[in-house]
Amino acid sequence: MATKLPTSLAEVQEVMLETDLLVIGAGNSGCFAAIEAKKLNPNLKVTLMEKAHIDRSGCLAAGMDAINTYLKKGRTIEEFVRWSRSQAGGLIREDLAVSLAEILNQPTEQWEEWGLPIDYEEDGDEYHTRGKWDITIKGSEMKVILAEKVREHGCEILNRVVATNYLTDGNRVIGAVGFGVRDGKLYVVKAKATVVSTGGAAGIYKPYQADGVDSHHYLWYCPFNVGTGYAIGIRAGAEMTTFEMRWCATRTKDFNGPIDTISVGYKTPMINAKGEKVLEERYAHLGGDAAPRFIRANVPMEEWQAGRGPCYVDTRGMTPEQIRDMKIDYLNERPSFVLFLAARGQDIRQEPIEIYGNDPYIVGGHTASGYWVDRKRATTLPGLFASGDVAGGTPNKFVGGCAAEGMLAARGALEYINRLNSPTKVNSEQVAVEKARIFAPALRQTSEGDGLIPKEVEERMQRLMDEYAGGIHQFFRMNKEGLEYALKHLRLLKDQTKYLIARDLHELMEAHEVVDRLDVAEVLIHHLLYREETRWPGWQTRTDFPSRNDEKFDCFVNSRRNPETGEIEVFSRPYEQVVPGDRYRP
Amino acid sequence: MPPRVNKEKCDGCKAEHEPLCEQICPGDLMTLNPETRKAYCRSTRDCWDCMSCVKICPQGALETKLPYQLGYYPAKLIPLMGTNKITWTCIDINGKVERFVIKTRND
Repeated sequence: MATKLPTSLAEVQEVMLETDLLVIGAGNSGCFAAIEAKKLNPNLKVTLMEKAHIDRSGCLAAGMDAINTYLKKGRTIEEFVRWSRSQAGGLIREDLAVSLAEILNQPTEQWEEWGLPIDYEEDGDEYHTRGKWDITIKGSEMKVILAEKVREHGCEILNRVVATNYLTDGNRVIGAVGFGVRDGKLYVVKAKATVVSTGGAAGIYKPYQADGVDSHHYLWYCPFNVGTGYAIGIRAGAEMTTFEMRWCATRTKDFNGPIDTISVGYKTPMINAKGEKVLEERYAHLGGDAAPRFIRANVPMEEWQAGRGPCYVDTRGMTPEQIRDMKIDYLNERPSFVLFLAARGQDIRQEPIEIYGNDPYIVGGHTASGYWVDRKRATTLPGLFASGDVAGGTPNKFVGGCAAEGMLAARGALEYINRLNSPTKVNSEQVAVEKARIFAPALRQTSEGDGLIPKEVEERMQRLMDEYAGGIHQFFRMNKEGLEYALKHLRLLKDQTKYLIARDLHELMEAHEVVDRLDVAEVLIHHLLYREETRWPGWQTRTDFPSRNDEKFDCFVNSRRNPETGEIEVFSRPYEQVVPGDRYRP
Repeated sequence: MPPRVNKEKCDGCKAEHEPLCEQICPGDLMTLNPETRKAYCRSTRDCWDCMSCVKICPQGALETKLPYQLGYYPAKLIPLMGTNKITWTCIDINGKVERFVIKTRND
């Protein structure tokens, strides 16, 4: 039940906690990090800070129908890295991909032991295969099962606490500050080590359904993942990588739902309005319907621009049994897609499913955006480890990989804790400044009663990004002039956040969500401006630099915001090939 | 679109400190109207239709409706939670009924 907003800082109660390992974000990756830490050392105190409720928070809220990264019998780590590398246009952190692949299967098998139903082949003891790396599951309750295990392992769970910034001692991270969206309290959690796993960023760009009544959150990615984990790292001066590799994908039109379920799961080809099998016929040299994901994202855009849209996945050859199985897949992942088909009265054996692009997301589990980390998943800030969608360098992690990465981050954090010898103290001045920042929109509501509500700032930012930074309404295309215009107005918006007001605790959370999104958007624009080439058409299409420029940009684009001046420095880091072979082929 | 709350069926989860839909909603969207003591969605544009609230409601008082921009009236999708399975009933705009029983946990 909602508590009233404070009208002065003196009213705000403070909760001071101390823990060994703090995990920020109790989604898939954070839960696996917490459990792994407790398995390694049951005496360790492990605390999870979660802005929603652990049972249904993060990407798995509605469930999942497949694990898209599982090394089946006979498959090798090298094969996995080669596939992931080719899907990402030849540029990934291969050292990270190898270390992930080494333990990739563990969380899936663990989940099955905990009760997650996984499909088996009818004639054997192997998991049922969907694509090359995919197995199908009945995952509608998989997050509930995982949350039970976090509790059983004795972790402390702070539900409905919104993280707002790290606690720091110099550049060392010693925990985090947040506020209770239900109790209105300030939470100060001091930790020996911290794992950040809050997920990626949705809602940076305007979705094309936004103008419909109650349609604003028809997003493929979880709309409650707003990039907070990136934002708190940016503000603390952590090095970030590859934000410009945006996650744009082919999704079901209007519903904005997953498409691999149909196209990979049931081998339905992509066709344009004229019935041409676009991928199969024109992109055979890049793998046809298994072409890299950015190619697949770009094709419907190109077809529309050439006057050959709309596009579809051709479901007309599916059998009634396959259609029923496909609906079961969706019920396990995004059940309302089955409702969508029912609400269209659509028989997909007669009428194929229309596809289109999504509003771009920054999601390190699919592309390579996020914290620059080492093999232990240590960020550039001592004491801070990153896993899942916030950790950069390793695309194509998906559910299984993000879970495995949580385990790696926990192992890294525990090694760090064991090495620690210098005690730290919470800086009370830092806490006071953060407290004032957190509650400023509430106090402004009391003192001024006028200002900006978070939603209007959010909508302004989303339209700006959509129109000038390569959103879906611009077919993902952008140029220097547009990006600079977006940056100029983003800076204005950032300055305007001092006028934000919040009329209840939910709106206070929204206020911080838009502040966080603006920080992510600003860094994103810097990355997009820096890469003066087009490396991944669809994900990153520069109309003013339409070709790939290997001489200058066959490397990672990284950035760091100076915490003192707010200036964002952008620079490059070399790509290193670990697994031999053609980087552009699986 | 937020779930429709059937005001006859919703009892505000009286025994709980807050209704189960409010406890579970990943977007912090469901809450209790202090006057009517019934649940409602505080920001109707922000629902993801993940159906977490519909699945957890002990009274079967919540129903997910798609925004009209996506689909036509009056299709229905109703989950019924069992211990180790979920039963979905789907009715399309032409009245065609489909039922799916899906395992949710290993026995």
